[in-house]
Amino acid sequence: MNAITRENMSELDKKLINLLQDGFPLTPRPFETVAQELLQGGLEVTEAEVMQRIQALLDDGILSRFGPMYQAERMGGGLTLAAMKVTEEDYDRVTQQVNKFPQVAHNYRREHELNMWFVLATESPEEIEDCIDDMELATGYHVFNMPKEEEFYVGLRFAL
Amino acid sequence: MNVTNRVRENMDEITQLRLRKAIQNGLPLTEQPYLTLARELDLTEAQVMQTINDWQDDGLIKRFGLVVKHHNLGYKANAMVVWDIPADKVDEVGELLSLCGAVTLCYQRPRRLPEWSYNLFSMIHGQDRDTVLQQLADIVKENGLNGFKRDVLFSYKLFKQCGGQYVQPSCTERLENGQSFKEQSL
Repeated sequence: MNAITRENMSELDKKLINLLQDGFPLTPRPFETVAQELLQGGLEVTEAEVMQRIQALLDDGILSRFGPMYQAERMGGGLTLAAMKVTEEDYDRVTQQVNKFPQVAHNYRREHELNMWFVLATESPEEIEDCIDDMELATGYHVFNMPKEEEFYVGLRFAL
Repeated sequence: MNVTNRVRENMDEITQLRLRKAIQNGLPLTEQPYLTLARELDLTEAQVMQTINDWQDDGLIKRFGLVVKHHNLGYKANAMVVWDIPADKVDEVGELLSLCGAVTLCYQRPRRLPEWSYNLFSMIHGQDRDTVLQQLADIVKENGLNGFKRDVLFSYKLFKQCGGQYVQPSCTERLENGQSFKEQSL
């Protein structure tokens, strides 16, 4: 079977993704509820098919998971976006050193004078500062800490 | 009674932590997932549903549903679009950006002068760079944002990808388990 892509994705899969990115029913039989909602939109589908499609989208790596996305700060953890200005010759070394920290959630190279961007997620808010200190010591580079000051809520994320 | 107290009344802290852990990697794909969870945790189905509902009201859960791997959906270009917006305008511009369909995240963050003069961060994901730049041009035009200094930082390599979980396991373990990805924090 071919992998699912955006191009060959069925109408059902697209509708499921659009419908369920922002909410999953809190009903005893949520997949049945989803099937009912799709039926109202003119798409005939059973509870079993909804479950089977979600499993297929997970298996194919279109979905990373399905469940809650927690608010890090509310879980008692710390969360920030950090950046570094790293020279080309040091970039690989610093990348390795930074990625060794288990608090680094992801690390992107970006096109700017500040060229390394990563998220730090820690178990407590205080740990962010310690982690940054350790990182500066390990790499010899300054870490620019840019914690969120305000979030502007964006609804549906990836419309298909 | 506020939501937090309501949650405590429904379920003690340790049980809440167990439920939080049980669902952080995803709900069970069963016909009655809340009942499945309840049986695993020795709770009632109503308790599980009520607590998840309260967590959403309370903001502990930001989203509850499918989490998409945008890269695998054909969104190959990932641009951080940053703006230098005066303090008295930042709320207004942030609201405008958050309403644009192409914008997937929008945060206010501190400037770090002199190296970094931008205080509003938005993400645009698109199929390729040209598409993203066109979307940005439309956003600027439609919202009259041309007077504000901005920059576009495309990513060209992802070196590490995981996160989104705050109760064990460590990021490395998550990577090894093939777990995903917390785009909303960028």
